[in-house]
Amino acid sequence: MLRDSDRIFTNLYGLHDWRLAGARARGDWDGTKEILAKGRDWIIEEMKNSGLRGRGGAGFPTGVKWSFMPKTEGPRPHYLVINADEGEPGTCKDREMMRFDPHKLIEGALIASFAIGAHAAYIYIRGEFVREAEHLNYAIDEARAAGLLGPNACGSGWDCEVYVHRGAGAYICGEESALIESLEGKKGQPRLKPPFPAGVGLYGCPTTVNNVESIAVAPTILRRGASWFAGLGKPNNTGTKVFCISGHVNTPCNVEEEMGIPLKDLIEKHAGGVRGGWDNLLAIIPGGSSVPMLNKQQCEEVTMDFDALRAMRSGLGTAAVIVMDKSTDLVRGIARLSKFYWHESCGQCTPCREGTGWMYRMMQRMVTGNAELSEIDLLEEISRQIEGHTICALGDAAAWPVQGLIRTFRPELERRIKERQAKIQAA
Amino acid sequence: MSDMTHEPDSFAFTPEYLEKAKAFIAKYPKGRQQSAVMPLLDLAQRQDGWVSRAAMEVIADMLEMAPIRVEEVATFYTMYNRKPVGKFHVQVCTNLPCMLRGSDDVAAAAKAALGVEFGDMTKDGLFTLSEVECLGACVNAPMMQINDDYYEDLTAETTKAVLEAFKRGETPKPGPQNGRQFSCPAGGPTSLTELSFQGGKA
Repeated sequence: MLRDSDRIFTNLYGLHDWRLAGARARGDWDGTKEILAKGRDWIIEEMKNSGLRGRGGAGFPTGVKWSFMPKTEGPRPHYLVINADEGEPGTCKDREMMRFDPHKLIEGALIASFAIGAHAAYIYIRGEFVREAEHLNYAIDEARAAGLLGPNACGSGWDCEVYVHRGAGAYICGEESALIESLEGKKGQPRLKPPFPAGVGLYGCPTTVNNVESIAVAPTILRRGASWFAGLGKPNNTGTKVFCISGHVNTPCNVEEEMGIPLKDLIEKHAGGVRGGWDNLLAIIPGGSSVPMLNKQQCEEVTMDFDALRAMRSGLGTAAVIVMDKSTDLVRGIARLSKFYWHESCGQCTPCREGTGWMYRMMQRMVTGNAELSEIDLLEEISRQIEGHTICALGDAAAWPVQGLIRTFRPELERRIKERQAKIQAA
Repeated sequence: MSDMTHEPDSFAFTPEYLEKAKAFIAKYPKGRQQSAVMPLLDLAQRQDGWVSRAAMEVIADMLEMAPIRVEEVATFYTMYNRKPVGKFHVQVCTNLPCMLRGSDDVAAAAKAALGVEFGDMTKDGLFTLSEVECLGACVNAPMMQINDDYYEDLTAETTKAVLEAFKRGETPKPGPQNGRQFSCPAGGPTSLTELSFQGGKA
């Protein structure tokens, strides 16, 4: 188990003062000027060496992403955009970081801005997080007043402003190019890539988009050293991670643990175990609603990291672990997710706009067995026609839970259909 | 065509809200004032409770946008109410993590307490009840949002208690309704027990 002294989010549960004085007592803003004085190249190299992979779901190495930005500032200014549009069902980690450790994010925003040559950072926070945005704004004001942010931030000679921008209830804005569109004051519809944001991002300028957690861990990594972070977790899956454990466990919670912790350990040590005991487990969605679920056997073997979950044809995603025990109506659960993706499709690409509705309507019928057996394959086929045929990954995210259900629990779908047909025949 | 009878003829930000609007516009680079459309729509909604056509036109004018571009934004994002809502907007999450923890019970309790279905406003104009997608408080499921605050770790009983308190004109304490410390495991932390800081309590 991860030692407390190796935990980054030391106020995860809001037990301590989240304001500047409290944050400083926990080590934030310590030696920031010295870190900046080491220069952009050192910071980016150190981030690369730490092995940190993006915490928003895709797992792209953060330091490498920073290195994609132009080395010198041309006529177009550079921007840092922090993705705080947390909305992947099961995920509630960025919220705790922002309301209880806002200075970690703001200090990280300064360091990342400096490293990519940006003088302005926008934190795009989901609109419903009103209180969290208030904490961020308060913390930004404190940091500015203390000279940590703003002109000549921390006495570094670098000017940097951080702004909070609230969304307004659109899951798709968690996709980085939709987020940029939204920040520009438009509908949040994803852009075609390339060009990538590092070339053409916010206002057509070079932009880096990072998840809250990726930015918030950066100051601690740079203070304690890349080798410290890289020494935690597993090769290629280094460091610590905040896991969100929800659903049918005895004590749902957020907890920061080492990458690569066995899923079973994570649940038993921190979430009080599966409700009714481990043998009562039916399935787990290990990384937020967009990743395929695992059956009990897989849950016993898998470790919580990008590579191990990928090898099981699932994913770490946002590390939001949704536990379902044997009382779960799994078909109804996945149908609910289908409704979600149908609701959140931005409508830009036809396969997603139409296909998510088809899947949702078919899934509703699968719940009651009101279908023909052949429609299971039809449902699978529809999901394949969405997957990979859209501008952004929402289409894939909508398809995978359905595919996961069919792959892992096809007999249950067949049972419902046959049962209903037998009932009709008997009547 | 929806019923347009409720659309007012005009809209103006109050001086206080106008100041806030200007502060938002100043957050974005010169010439990029369109970026402020979301915060300004939010301000209009905070002032009136919803976003009227007249408000959108004023905002379009302030930001030098075509009115249709403002309307596109106002109708794309679910948080903008395009018709009046109750003084308290009660939004119940029914997505999977909440469903697993009993959001069916929360939804039923809310409907019973308010006497309305999802999408409806109570006759006294005090409450609008909505079903919403994941609000990002999944380890504190099931939950609902009332205006700007989250009420978490709900049961049918506590859902009813919270809503009855609002009816009486009280504002119940937001957050977990079962006494737990935010997203810490109920019964006490399994981590962060060995650290001590000089920074004082929250």
